[in-house]
Amino acid sequence: MATVRLKKGLDIHLLGAIGSNEIAAVDKPKTVAVTPDDFHGIIPRMEKKEGEHVAAGEPLYHDKNHEVIKVVAPVSGSVKEIRRGERRHIDAIVIVPDGNDETVTLDLKRPVEEVLLQSGLWCMLRQRPYDVVPTPGVKPRDIFVTAFDSSPLAPDLDVVLGDKSKYVAKGVEALKGLTDGKVFISIREGQAIDAPGAEVNTFVGPHPAGNAGVQAANLVPVNKGETIWTLDIVTLARIGELFTTGQVSHDTVVAVNGEMVQQPRYAKTVMGADIETVLKNELTNVAQSRIISGNVLTGVKVEIDQWLRAPYRHITIIPENNKPDEFMGWASVNPNRFSIYHTFTTWLVGLSKPRSMDSRIKGGERAIVRTGEYDAMLPMDIYGEFLIKAIISGDIDKMEQLGIYEIAPEDFALAEFADTSKLELQRIVREGLDRLRAEMS
Amino acid sequence: MNKVEPSFRPGGKLSKLESVYDGMETFLFTPNATSRSGVHIHDGNDLKRTMITVVVALIPALLFGMYNIGYQHYLAIGQASTGWFTMFLYGLLAMLPVIVVSYGVGLGIEFISAQIHHKEIQEGFLVTGILIPLIVPINTPLWMTAVATAFAVIFAKEIFGGTGMNIFNVALITRAFLFFAYPSRMSGDEAFVKIDSALGIGGGTAVDSFTGATPLGQVATSVGDPSMTNVLGEPISIMDAFLGYIPGSPGETSMVAILIGAAILLITGIASWRIMCSVFVGGLAMGALVHAFPSPIYPASMLDPMAQLCLGGFAFGAVFMATDPVTGARTKVGQYIYGLLIGVFAILIRVYNSGYPEGMMLAILLMNAFAPLIDHCVVSSNIKRRARRAAAKE
Repeated sequence: MATVRLKKGLDIHLLGAIGSNEIAAVDKPKTVAVTPDDFHGIIPRMEKKEGEHVAAGEPLYHDKNHEVIKVVAPVSGSVKEIRRGERRHIDAIVIVPDGNDETVTLDLKRPVEEVLLQSGLWCMLRQRPYDVVPTPGVKPRDIFVTAFDSSPLAPDLDVVLGDKSKYVAKGVEALKGLTDGKVFISIREGQAIDAPGAEVNTFVGPHPAGNAGVQAANLVPVNKGETIWTLDIVTLARIGELFTTGQVSHDTVVAVNGEMVQQPRYAKTVMGADIETVLKNELTNVAQSRIISGNVLTGVKVEIDQWLRAPYRHITIIPENNKPDEFMGWASVNPNRFSIYHTFTTWLVGLSKPRSMDSRIKGGERAIVRTGEYDAMLPMDIYGEFLIKAIISGDIDKMEQLGIYEIAPEDFALAEFADTSKLELQRIVREGLDRLRAEMS
Repeated sequence: MNKVEPSFRPGGKLSKLESVYDGMETFLFTPNATSRSGVHIHDGNDLKRTMITVVVALIPALLFGMYNIGYQHYLAIGQASTGWFTMFLYGLLAMLPVIVVSYGVGLGIEFISAQIHHKEIQEGFLVTGILIPLIVPINTPLWMTAVATAFAVIFAKEIFGGTGMNIFNVALITRAFLFFAYPSRMSGDEAFVKIDSALGIGGGTAVDSFTGATPLGQVATSVGDPSMTNVLGEPISIMDAFLGYIPGSPGETSMVAILIGAAILLITGIASWRIMCSVFVGGLAMGALVHAFPSPIYPASMLDPMAQLCLGGFAFGAVFMATDPVTGARTKVGQYIYGLLIGVFAILIRVYNSGYPEGMMLAILLMNAFAPLIDHCVVSSNIKRRARRAAAKE
């Protein structure tokens, strides 16, 4: 048990935080969907056709390269539509729930890895290098679990966890068998956790202290040739529940917050539930709003007629553009034009007051000019700017040398927010990781 | 703006001016573009704000520079009792054409280049365009400034890929070009003090005792104990140099104005305090070292270290040129080394190379060339640490 203090990073305070930990009930979703893009690294091969019936926990598709990796239906019902986009890319698999709680029960006498793969929970794990769903058969050196979310307006994972926290210990027990190393659980100050068998460390500091990858980098970094897994405490509890009851719980608690939400609150629903049902009259102005499944840094923009995306615990709604045609915005001296830099005036009135922020980029894309911006947002022993340049120039040796195996796109999200040159850092990192993965396989 | 937009888009009548239109529109209005990938919120800061802040930091030096041009002028023609406003007006009118030429030529090339590459106009030249009039001697013919600016923007910046890609500081390349192409106009009696009228104001003949050399120029050519005088041949003190009442390039003379600019750059966090401070530390240390071994062969070695910092372009270079993030070192450790060496080399060149009374320009350009190497060494230590960590596991 150690305490790790991180200085780098930033807590962004937005309007629309949740006041109470009460969990509101919402209607059963009209439709539920699985979005294959949520499980990076898996190439879907459908097992179910449109119109077929599925039980909750029954596989919808598997990975083209590793047939054992299954992605399962979160509810029982019938497959209404396999929605395809460009080049037959599967955008979403839409299920209409039939209201039965028909759920697949797995045989727990089989090896842990096999049960995990079959249950669909395997897909909720992430592997470094590459930030993809782990490759079966590759033993991770260590497993890192984050017990808190530090992103803007993040849900309190203790609330999301609820009474499922009793399964955490069982989850650790199951995962311990899959690694020769340790299962690390990182908590924030004041959080308590009952997980014998895991090494528990406390992380103090601003976001991204809650990113499992950042925690790993500050505990035992990934080296070339090594593999680690990262997951959150909610997934760990689901794993624990699976190995207790034989069934996966697909229920989830979602934080619905942000400036455009009338009453920010927690809502209990199902993984992949349709956004409209979850929001249920909470949204005042759809046209002016940006609905994000996830947080404002790493989440995905969704429409009201789409579905909740992994990790199924957060919806943030911010204004799309709250100052159209802002006149000479670069010359503003208004502290409400939020900037962490002292070129603007926000710092004079304090950065910790919750503020309204819209989704405008507020500047044109430029070459990297200012120094140290990425490093200040990245609490890892990595020269972020040099790594980004290596990725842009496609220099694979340099990427390896500078530590690309240790990072995931989410680690660069804050740097992307703070970047004066407005580069799409997460996209750049993702392309670099994909490229490296293709080269190495 | 929205009404006239279509004619600037491809196919429109004025599509050749698309970049100019975009430049004007993004200048007047914050772009309405919202994020498509990655983060959904962005910091309010952008490169426009950053560059404009640097321009603001340069304004004290610019205003004092204008006043000082007038002050030196009226001093030289024997009308020292002229009012300060007239002096300022004279300086303003003397500098205005240089500013217009610098921005006109530089931005013109940037606009054309942006249009050729169908890119947005970038903000880098906003700063360069004001730096050039501040570091070019006031008597430089405008056509020389135009040629040098064009050379620097094309060959020091655009061929490397534009703003953010250049290896050498563009404004310094402009000055270096002038310095090596037209050396006779860049130093001596006639470079720094304007005698003839500026757009109809002032003008006259210099008094008999007139000498227009900068203090550093006087030191370099002095024999024995270096003494510095003003344009009338009267002795001047370091305080005069600190306040800025000496001949020199418009922006460089007043330490006070430069320090105000430095405060703006440091408070806003745009300039690296690591570079700025280490340049001064390097200069002080080297100044003290050469002062410890004074030699009549190298008259500048007799100046005390504080005088070294106050005279010439040292302070201006340290605050506004060395701290250019694009051409300087980008790692924290590297910035200390980079700054320190600039300070050391500037004094070294100043003292031991009698051909160049001022060494700041060459020191910064030299270290511009070495900045990537310094960063490479610093980053290599991170690479080695990672490699060792991986090796230890095996």
